[in-house]
Amino acid sequence: MSTAVQTASAEVPVGYESVAPPSGKLGVWWFLASEIMVFGGFIGSYVLLRVAHGGWPDQASHVNWRLGAINTLVLVTSSLTMILALNAVRIERRERAARFLLLTVLLGFTFLGVKSIEYTRELSEGFTPSSGMFWSFYYIMTGLHGVHVLGGIVLNAILYIAAVRGTLWSGNRRARVEFAGLYWHFVDVVWIFLFPLLYLA
Amino acid sequence: MEVATSHTQPTGFIRRYLFSTDHKVIAKQYLSLSLAMALVGGFTSYLIRWQLAWPETNIPGWGPIGPDDYNAIITMHGTVMVFFVAMPFLLGAFGNFLIPLMIGANDMAFPRLNMISFWTLFTASVVLTSSMFVPGGAAAAGWTSYAPLSDNPIYTGVNRGQNLWILAVALEFGSFLMGGINFLTTTLNMRAPGMSLSRLPILVWMEITAAVVFLLSVGPLIAGALMLLMDRTLGTGFFRPDRGGDPLLWEHLFWFFGHPEVYVVALPGFGMMLEIIPVFARKPIFGYRTIIWSTIAAGLLSFIVWAHHMFVSGMDPRLATPFSVTTILISVPFAIIVFAMIASVWRGAIVLSTAMLFALGGLATFLVGGVTGIFLGSATTDIFLHGTYFVVAHFHYTLFPVTFFGGFAGLYYWFPKMFGRMMNEALGKIHFLFTFVCFNAVFIPLFLAGLKGNPRRLYEMSSYDFLKPVQQFHVIATIATIGLLVGQLPLVVNFVYSLVRGKTATANPWQANTLEWTTASPPPHENFRKMPMVYRAPYEYSVPGAPSDWIPQTEPPQPIYPVTAVAD
Repeated sequence: MSTAVQTASAEVPVGYESVAPPSGKLGVWWFLASEIMVFGGFIGSYVLLRVAHGGWPDQASHVNWRLGAINTLVLVTSSLTMILALNAVRIERRERAARFLLLTVLLGFTFLGVKSIEYTRELSEGFTPSSGMFWSFYYIMTGLHGVHVLGGIVLNAILYIAAVRGTLWSGNRRARVEFAGLYWHFVDVVWIFLFPLLYLA
Repeated sequence: MEVATSHTQPTGFIRRYLFSTDHKVIAKQYLSLSLAMALVGGFTSYLIRWQLAWPETNIPGWGPIGPDDYNAIITMHGTVMVFFVAMPFLLGAFGNFLIPLMIGANDMAFPRLNMISFWTLFTASVVLTSSMFVPGGAAAAGWTSYAPLSDNPIYTGVNRGQNLWILAVALEFGSFLMGGINFLTTTLNMRAPGMSLSRLPILVWMEITAAVVFLLSVGPLIAGALMLLMDRTLGTGFFRPDRGGDPLLWEHLFWFFGHPEVYVVALPGFGMMLEIIPVFARKPIFGYRTIIWSTIAAGLLSFIVWAHHMFVSGMDPRLATPFSVTTILISVPFAIIVFAMIASVWRGAIVLSTAMLFALGGLATFLVGGVTGIFLGSATTDIFLHGTYFVVAHFHYTLFPVTFFGGFAGLYYWFPKMFGRMMNEALGKIHFLFTFVCFNAVFIPLFLAGLKGNPRRLYEMSSYDFLKPVQQFHVIATIATIGLLVGQLPLVVNFVYSLVRGKTATANPWQANTLEWTTASPPPHENFRKMPMVYRAPYEYSVPGAPSDWIPQTEPPQPIYPVTAVAD
């Protein structure tokens, strides 16, 4: 096949070079579009029900907004380290890239650690998913977001290992840092919506 | 263009046929799965219809069914037919097979993701099938799983079956999300040189529009499915009024997906009819650009019509008018597509092959489905017709034509390309005759029953005096259903016989223009020995002055006859 393509590409007339983003990136964008609709479904349901029914602010007053704010800071910082990792990949600073990937992973774990402290506190105070509609939404939305954070940690950890072992630098694989980054920023942006909706409102 | 990775065909059985990454093998896997699930779907329709015609009698081949069984069977019928027959048949099998071949690519953009999509769907169908055998039986809250019926196990008496239903449907969504991402990326990035978007075969346009619509509509229902599962397992009350939730929320989340889903299935079905009609009318498709813009318009409008399913649900009645308006509006692009089909046939040199018969049969029956949709989309008439057999007849008149007439048209048309052998035309025409006559004989009586006010979802009619006169319609519909099911035997015989003994197919048995016919039947592992170059639009049939009545897309420009950028 490769020979066939080579002969064919020799025939490709000038002006047919693709301007489309690489397939991997395009795939990630479509995936994120569908993810936006999943979280959009939750956020829409939350807002509509909260507007229609009373009693939610009372329940909402028991979440720990300080820990939530700290977590927001952690996640935004991790987006920064992700960008720095990508930048390091682009300018071929391999050790620097690995370090920032590791930092991103650690910040992800920090986020989950803080979140589990919150969960522990809330559960021990008796606020379970069935304590009221606000709490149901709180647990399902932050829970699903947490699963996404975990997924991002796994992706970034794989990339970190690949960067340390050197396999990341062969062929087109370094593009994966950008794909993982897109996903990671998406997870960050979801939190930017969840934080005011669940902690501040 | 994306440079094709060199991949050679694996030789081991498992890598070559089971966990293959070849889109053609995966397409055949989808085809087998959808046809196998169609047996389940078909058999459930037989059980349902028998029970409705001759209530509580011994159903030959099964035995009597009780009211709870009936609910489970009808739930399985809907779920299987929509999610495990229509989607894998139209998108999984034909989308996978045809998109790379029609755009001149050697495979999908993500071959491994493609394999994972299929096996996720396979897992989903195993979960769904096994849910029929767990204690309590299969889910019994309908394919729409309306809350709170689906939310609280005491209402249907089904607990595990409903949880497994949610799992199966969630897996199915995951499978087609991955599949849709593949369709879109492949079409955008892997087209052969010269295959501009305005030279794409219409089927490819329809498949990717369906993929976008699915991708953007399924999210809220995934959210809803998670909420439903939490309601059932963790004691939350998203859809339970006694816990502060709202059952209408489920209906909104469901139909926000459920209505676009109709177009996810309908568009590829139309796409197949639209591919086949110009070939057998020997005419360019009428209004290529118009069809594509109509497709896109229908895709966009499909997101703002969902509440027409909910006119009598108790939602704010002020929402009825806007949703009526959008629903009537969406019939405009579909009317345009249907007119384009008719205009494409008009004064053509029509060849009534089996594929063409199914395409035209699909067109004719869909018209009935489309026209009756106007009655249901308009809130005033819907209030009378809602929840009656009129609705049942209507949606079967839309989904059956696209899935089975469109799908079978595609099967007869692309079978030579898929398997390298021709199907038997005589058996095909018998199959068409049975399918066309019996399908209409099933659902015309149900329209009449619905107009007389016969409610859906009844286990039997004989307990109600006012339903005594409609019983005859149910008897006719049931006899026709049996005819419809028996009428599929010629297809089974034809399929198996042609697979083994059919006449060997040439590369282009129908003298068609699109790229898949420029390569061998069946295509080699890498699809095209040499990357095709595309010079023209896909439907240049009977061009005045041309030496033959068909000009393949790969035919370079000739001085004697003009090259048009677009067919219309």
